[in-house]
Amino acid sequence: MDLVITQYIRDPNSFTLDFYLRHGGYEGLRKALATTPAQVIEMVKASGLRGRGGAGFPAGMKWQFVPKDSPKPKYICCNADESEPGTFKDHVIMERCPHLLLEGCAIGCYAIGAKVAYIYIRGEFSHVQQVLEFAVREAYAKGYLGRNILGSGFDCEIFIHRGAGAYEAGEESAMLESLEGKRAQPRLRPPFPAVVGLYGCPTAINNVETLANVPLIMTKGAEWFASLGPEKNTGPKLYCISGHVRRPGVYETSMNVTLRDLIYDYAGGMRDGRQLKAVIPGGSSTPVLVPDQIDAQASFDGLAKAGSMLGSAGIIVMDDTTCMVWAAENLLHFYRDESCGKCTPCREGTDWLFKVLRRIERGEGSMADLDLLVDVSNNIGGKTLCPFGDAAVAPVLSTVAKFRDEYEAHIREGRCPLPAAWRTGDGGH
Amino acid sequence: MSFHPAMPYESGELHKSERVLPKEGEPFRFTPENRARIEELAKHYPPDRRRSVLIPALHIVQEQHGYVSANAMREVATVIGCTPAEVEDVVSYYAMFYTKPVGKYVLQVCRTLSCALTGAERLTEAISRELGIKVGETDPTGTFTLIEVECLGACDRGPVVLVNDHWHELATPDGVGELLDRLRTKGEAGLSGCHLNVDKREPTDNG
Repeated sequence: MDLVITQYIRDPNSFTLDFYLRHGGYEGLRKALATTPAQVIEMVKASGLRGRGGAGFPAGMKWQFVPKDSPKPKYICCNADESEPGTFKDHVIMERCPHLLLEGCAIGCYAIGAKVAYIYIRGEFSHVQQVLEFAVREAYAKGYLGRNILGSGFDCEIFIHRGAGAYEAGEESAMLESLEGKRAQPRLRPPFPAVVGLYGCPTAINNVETLANVPLIMTKGAEWFASLGPEKNTGPKLYCISGHVRRPGVYETSMNVTLRDLIYDYAGGMRDGRQLKAVIPGGSSTPVLVPDQIDAQASFDGLAKAGSMLGSAGIIVMDDTTCMVWAAENLLHFYRDESCGKCTPCREGTDWLFKVLRRIERGEGSMADLDLLVDVSNNIGGKTLCPFGDAAVAPVLSTVAKFRDEYEAHIREGRCPLPAAWRTGDGGH
Repeated sequence: MSFHPAMPYESGELHKSERVLPKEGEPFRFTPENRARIEELAKHYPPDRRRSVLIPALHIVQEQHGYVSANAMREVATVIGCTPAEVEDVVSYYAMFYTKPVGKYVLQVCRTLSCALTGAERLTEAISRELGIKVGETDPTGTFTLIEVECLGACDRGPVVLVNDHWHELATPDGVGELLDRLRTKGEAGLSGCHLNVDKREPTDNG
């Protein structure tokens, strides 16, 4: 597939407005402004664009849910709190093609009748924030943002809002809370943000990569977009590959690609001549897959069929030096730290899971601990306000199911049978 | 205390729902320039939604003062128009706000899976040994604080270290001594920055 989103990002000037305009920039906005908001939404729906943040919800539908006749102001909130372990695609888009995102935000605002978009960027991305703020200033100066854009009478403002280190802020309703200056904790739904969102007003929340696709749909057409990739899994897709591969990085292709191609072709295969042991296909919140499952199509539906999820397309590859109990412990340390604390099953349960995993990894576990892991997991999953609970138990349930012999070996031998040289044995302490 | 008799917390371990009183610290006032920056940021939000500036204002506190003290929280509450308890509620939640003084350079080593698979544990160990401090501590000269953080979002270039707001990637245990020396002499300019890999199958002049 020809690169579209990442076509120009190797050019050192790709972040400037001048470069962007020379390569067809803001033509999508111009086209959108020449049609009606309803037509823009129809085009996005026809393209089949599904949200790139994790859930894969159709973006056009999301925009349609925003009530047109509401007397309140409406908002677009762009979720740039990219924090899912293994994911760094939005990072690339914002750093190298910030105007693609700004143009997508402006088209989104026009489509839902909003005048303001907030880009909620994670606090650690200060170098990315500087690029975005520079791009916003350039866009205002040349009339692509602000009042009466391109003489159309449409006004649109974009503000960058910096977070402060909270994975949960990437959950849509928690992000709104954080934008309102509170702890990033999820809201009870319904009402959904499309009706009662930021400041109680109708709000559409879209991921960076989702919005970056919108200008392409406008310029190249919904049919072009829908022609890429398998049915219902359309358009260009960015994949982030990390871990034990020879060429970790961000790769763009259509969702026809398989995990095998991504690992062995795009990322150059396993490093140091090692064997593949396990792969997490869509960020740490998605169930782990084993080598005989990697012929699955790396699409929303293909990975669902394989028993996992495309999620945020953060592919973490592990070789045969990796202890899977250690990997689960590492991820549960993450979920324990990042649980927002609002729902008891998640707040307490992630801590318990971490501790049980740690004692198994240290060789102090018992066989009853395996049942305990499953029991605690089943009492978190599906019992929390937001998908964090389901995400946190995915690494536990999938490793216990697929690597049960490894758990049992830890318990039987009273030690970790696979203490790789790149580990310290005590987490670096 | 624990919520479950079978899952006791270890001694000395504080559960996240327990309250830690913030340090009083020295008296704190925003500089006039920083005060003006906050007012400028407030224009991004509806006039009756001033609280949206709370997190940006706390970033400014930290820029000016290094950490967020109880005195700073009161000043922020006055400026934003909310209660000090509301400010503390937010400060205690977000990982990037420090509630005690930190060194000139805060070394934040990413510990999550992708970085761990590429040796983050060994890196933390090497920094700890080189500086003679444990994770969470500041060295006696007040130059370095070592902490571990969760996924930073540059997983292809692990292990990644964030030093204050600046990035250093592909860090190795063997290079720790040199890295610390460069920080001491050149400051943040001694770091490598962030250069994500983009489709290296084709010739590229990137990283």
